[in-house]
Amino acid sequence: MYDSGKIIPGLIVFVLLITIPIWYNRGGAVSEPPKPVLPKDAKTCVLPAAEIRANHMKLLNVWRDEVLRDGDRSTFEIEGKRYQKSLMMTCMKCHTSKKQFCDTCHTYASVKPYCWDCHIAPVE
Amino acid sequence: MDTNRRNFLKVAGISTLATLGGTVVVERLVTGSNLAHASAPGGHAAEGAAHAPAHEAAQDPSVNRYGMVIDIRKFQQDPSLGEKVVNACHTTHNVPKFPDKKDEIKWIWMTHFENAFPEQPNIYRDTATGTHQLPILCNHCDQPPCVRACPTKATFRNKDGIVMMDYHRCIGCRFCMAACPYGSRSFNWRDPEAFVKDPNYVYPRRMRGVVEKCNFCDERVGSGKLPACVEACSDSKAIVFGNLNDPNSEIRKILKEHHTIQRNPALGTLPSVFYIV
Repeated sequence: MYDSGKIIPGLIVFVLLITIPIWYNRGGAVSEPPKPVLPKDAKTCVLPAAEIRANHMKLLNVWRDEVLRDGDRSTFEIEGKRYQKSLMMTCMKCHTSKKQFCDTCHTYASVKPYCWDCHIAPVE
Repeated sequence: MDTNRRNFLKVAGISTLATLGGTVVVERLVTGSNLAHASAPGGHAAEGAAHAPAHEAAQDPSVNRYGMVIDIRKFQQDPSLGEKVVNACHTTHNVPKFPDKKDEIKWIWMTHFENAFPEQPNIYRDTATGTHQLPILCNHCDQPPCVRACPTKATFRNKDGIVMMDYHRCIGCRFCMAACPYGSRSFNWRDPEAFVKDPNYVYPRRMRGVVEKCNFCDERVGSGKLPACVEACSDSKAIVFGNLNDPNSEIRKILKEHHTIQRNPALGTLPSVFYIV
């Protein structure tokens, strides 16, 4: 082909640029699955592990709307203990460290939830 | 259309009668037998219908309507009470304290009588009223203009009559601040994180860009406690909180026994905060 001396290197540079997401961050801390530090004293969360991992965003929103807009501050029971529908008073009571629990998965997945703009993160 | 004058007048007359009569029938069916102004059609009847439910809702004992009575005389007798009340509220709710007065955020604050009641000017005010301050806060109106103005319903009136803020939904447009005739609302011009000393971990802060105001301690009232300001007054009963729709509540007793005034009642917002002078 004509100008193959310019086109072939150009194509190689283009392929490298377009596949940057694949090779740029290889290795390093974020290539392994996240290891959140689980709480020592509680065995189960408010939902089973797989469900809470997939749905905790929706659960928190449901709690927020029920507590704030409907005024429904009723407690629910897990294994005999009563829990409130609250991030700070339920979730953070067991998962006491934001950095070691919440942030491990969130940095791996590169999500930035806005909870901590207002809800005060526990002192580390 | 090929019609003559006689037919036209017949049709016009019958349709006019149908419209006037039909409106009255519909209004009666909609509002039941409570309609005081029965005969006038259209806008007048709708206005009558709108007034009747408002007064009924204000008095309906099956619905909560939380209110407050603030005894100005007690705040005059004990000037330190005001600071206690403001600190109790602001520490419970992580209200930041900015150095610049322009950024100030306040949920309850002490002010002079002429600022709280500007609609009652008096050039010969008595010494006590003129010098001492009284606390003012959001009035949690029964007909709140801020709720009407909010484009996202981030501020709403909950079933207990408390005008609440949902900071998740607030977009910071400040229409509510423009609508509130009492100046109870504050905007977060800056990120409050660094300016909250001793945060209360069970209650969130707010972020930059939302409007905040007193919420009658809905999170405490929901669990059966009293608002923080009421508790700070302890036994002095300088602030009394209760259900205005419950005719046997303590607050209704106090309202029957003492002469109370409200802030700018002519606006028609029906505030829930009363002041004993």
